[in-house]
Amino acid sequence: MGLLSLAIWLPIAAGVLLLALGRDDNANAVRWMALVAAVASLLVTLPLITGFDASTAKMQFEENLVWIERFNVHYRLGVDGLSMWFVPLTAFITVIVVISAWEVITERVNQYMGAFLILSGIMVGVFSALDGLLFYVFFEATLIPMYIIIGVWGGPNRVYAAFKFFLYTLAGSLLMLVALAYLYYKSGGSFDILAWHKLPLPANAQTLLFFAFFLAFAVKVPMWPVHTWLPDAHVEAPTGGSVVLAAIMLKLGAYGFLRFSLPITPDASHQWAWLIVALSLIAVIYIGLVALVQQDMKKLVAYSSIAHMGFCTLGFFIFTELGVSGGIVQMVSHGFVSGAMFLCIGVLYDRVHSREIASYGGVVNTMPKFAAFAVFFAMANSGLPGTSGFVGEWMVILGTVKAGFWLAFLAATALIFGAAYNLWMVKRVYFGAVANDDVKALTDVNSREFAMLAILAIAVLWMGVYPKPFTDVMHVSVTELLKHVAQSKLGG
Amino acid sequence: MDKMNWLAIAPEILLLVAALVVAMVDLWVTHPRRTPSYLLAQASLAVVAWMHAARFDAGETVYAMQRMVVADPMGHLLAFFATLAVMISLAYARPYAAPRDMLKGELITLSMFSLLGINVMVSANNFLVVYLGLELMSLSLYALVALRRDHAPSTEAAMKYFVLGALASGFLLYGLSMMYGATGSLEISEVFKAISTGQINKAVLVLGIVFVVSGLAFKLGAVPFHMWIPDVYQGAPTAVTVLVAGAPKLAAFGITIRLLVEGMSGVAQDWQQMMILLAVASMALGNLAAIAQSNLKRMLAYSTIGQIGFMLLGLTPTVVGTNTVSAANGYSSSMFYIVAYVFTTLGTFGIVMLLSRQGFESEQIDDLKGLGKRSPWYAAVMAIFMFSLAGIPPTVGFYAKLAVLQAIVATNEALYIWLAVIAVLLSLVAAFYYLRLVKVMYFDEPTDTRAIESTGEVRTLLSLNGAAVLVFGLLPGGLLTLCAQAIVKALTS
Repeated sequence: MGLLSLAIWLPIAAGVLLLALGRDDNANAVRWMALVAAVASLLVTLPLITGFDASTAKMQFEENLVWIERFNVHYRLGVDGLSMWFVPLTAFITVIVVISAWEVITERVNQYMGAFLILSGIMVGVFSALDGLLFYVFFEATLIPMYIIIGVWGGPNRVYAAFKFFLYTLAGSLLMLVALAYLYYKSGGSFDILAWHKLPLPANAQTLLFFAFFLAFAVKVPMWPVHTWLPDAHVEAPTGGSVVLAAIMLKLGAYGFLRFSLPITPDASHQWAWLIVALSLIAVIYIGLVALVQQDMKKLVAYSSIAHMGFCTLGFFIFTELGVSGGIVQMVSHGFVSGAMFLCIGVLYDRVHSREIASYGGVVNTMPKFAAFAVFFAMANSGLPGTSGFVGEWMVILGTVKAGFWLAFLAATALIFGAAYNLWMVKRVYFGAVANDDVKALTDVNSREFAMLAILAIAVLWMGVYPKPFTDVMHVSVTELLKHVAQSKLGG
Repeated sequence: MDKMNWLAIAPEILLLVAALVVAMVDLWVTHPRRTPSYLLAQASLAVVAWMHAARFDAGETVYAMQRMVVADPMGHLLAFFATLAVMISLAYARPYAAPRDMLKGELITLSMFSLLGINVMVSANNFLVVYLGLELMSLSLYALVALRRDHAPSTEAAMKYFVLGALASGFLLYGLSMMYGATGSLEISEVFKAISTGQINKAVLVLGIVFVVSGLAFKLGAVPFHMWIPDVYQGAPTAVTVLVAGAPKLAAFGITIRLLVEGMSGVAQDWQQMMILLAVASMALGNLAAIAQSNLKRMLAYSTIGQIGFMLLGLTPTVVGTNTVSAANGYSSSMFYIVAYVFTTLGTFGIVMLLSRQGFESEQIDDLKGLGKRSPWYAAVMAIFMFSLAGIPPTVGFYAKLAVLQAIVATNEALYIWLAVIAVLLSLVAAFYYLRLVKVMYFDEPTDTRAIESTGEVRTLLSLNGAAVLVFGLLPGGLLTLCAQAIVKALTS
């Protein structure tokens, strides 16, 4: 069994085992088993990082088996510089999620842990699938565990949020299914994504395919104006659900743009780039302003996620190396930072059971250690130099300057809005005098919470100070991608 | 050529004899759960299924009864699945029927006779044999629906089913008579020849087709001939609903292929437009109406209508000249769809019956509340069925939808690509009400906390049924290939 297969199926198998064996009376054993499985799944992804050859844009760690003969579907896996980092990132976030749920989830523990482990394997599958149908199967299959997670362990309005999440995403991806069927026909009966990259397509077909993919991925990213499911889903989801949603699931959409839209429909991508750039800028500016007025911390972070993901799509569709690399760096960085932001909110919520900013004030007085972490992550979220949040945004802005000064100027305003909504929230929640008895009664983070926040803080700092390992890996793949996208597929 | 060839119809003869023997034996059975007659019936059905499977493997096409019937791979495969479906239905139905005083010899015998009708239909090579099979199946089902005589809704459902069914049979028979008038033959392969040589009265033929398609649409339950489905599904005892919802769909698909494709693919343009309309109307009305239902059986009935619409889409691609590739692609995807649909539906009704018990019918969607807490296992199985019906991977229902979609997209005509878009948008609507069941099971608190009683047989079978939906979702290749083989043989012979 190949490395990628192991990274996919190990957590899934562990998750199924937990579902089958776990009861609420052996919850502790379930927790430990989930942790062991999550750590083991992370460990098997490490050889990907060490063994990755950054000098080529070819797919690595490939596996290829015939899966459904009649439709020529292959079980084909592989990673290149665009996707490699997301495999360990997914496994890493799953470990954090398991730790974060330790004492918090007391009901149906096995189902909670099982759902996250299964989800982790499925998401690794999305990032490593090289067969269109395999990709789709993984892409859709993520909906089922997330639907259950939001619906079972979520907040008061969870049913509405779970439905909205599921149906929005399904609406986009069903059209992608038609696009896949069309590509299958056009390519003479193949679901091979790499073969689709080389497939010549007439202009109108490209436009239709582009929009089918666009809908699927734009909902997932999410881009304005199809973003409205995200604040609902984030607010209602349990902490772990929010973390996985923000840290990994949003990346599935952005990754889809890189793997499908750009290389399969390059001409349409160029033709419609203005639309994506415009929507991304709206996300960056308008959603940034929307974040400013939120009363609910989770909603604030949810809107800030949309704004940050706007940077990714902006970077991809200005077709410069800095832009695309910056977008990918932003994806990884946002995985760490937004995950951490939601964990911080989770820490507060577990104690006070409120997400309202107004319920807090002066938390630093009672939780000094925690406040240090929270302020640090808020800084990273607003793109402070030295944190990972800065690197990606700065690269995208630099890349955008080439496309037009005013575009870059507009994008750069995000740094101001970002600072504004993050700092204002920090001021109201953490600083000032102790606001009420709830805050007075707060106890600082325990060692478990300290550990998970510390690991994330290290990751954020490391990526902010020394991003070279990340950018090196993607450099060749991004160059190849841009070279490929620059060539017209019309006529040929 | 004109031989009787009794051997070719041995499975049907065996089934007939077995049904009669069971009817006789049952007279002496006093066991309250009818174990001897039940086991005898299951054993003989198993033999019938095995015979069809073995003959499908041999892959031969044999004509029998002076070319009245044809035993070809498609017929064997459909008969095999239909037999399997009846076996599963009976197994699910027995624990439900016993305490309701419904488990009489009639339940078993009549379902065997309806199966005989189905198996005759799918291997018919003559209009009259199609009609005979259809009537045998329908009459058995009418009687089954009315099996609970003291239950007013059942009786009402049976009346509706009978009156509308008789009307549809009349349509079909009238259409067949016109086709006989236009082509001069009752034999399906002769009709095909007559049409391809052009020695026909086109006007009469087309009028005949309209009636035939209407009759078939009624049997399939496509809009606007769907009115009986919700009432029958809801009114019939669930043990009978499962028999109506399962195997007969395979039969309806079978005769659609026999009559329209094998007989009249020469005038395909004429019936295809009707198929497209039926398909779109069924998907739209079925899926939209299902949202508004609070009765589980009625919701499943409307969902059936929507699913049939999707399946019909696969029947729309044409044979272009002598090129049967895109048509074969479409028909085999439809066949896969209907098989996947039937077995998922059987499981769904299996769960519905499981939740009912003495003096309590689990019919409302709310009766599933909190099933995830009451019984995580059955809830998971039911969730698999729902995700399969909604077409979410990795379940078999996803590949069914995919197969149909790729078949219509592969025609590369703008009309069909828009049809595909409409189809996926309407399946999005469908996803809503399937998800609602999952929501009720997992997100709501149980209102009824009594343990679920089930027999070991049903428990095992339901688990296997759920596992099959999942396994064929992970590895659908084998079943897809079987359907393709069967259809290719049917088109080329």
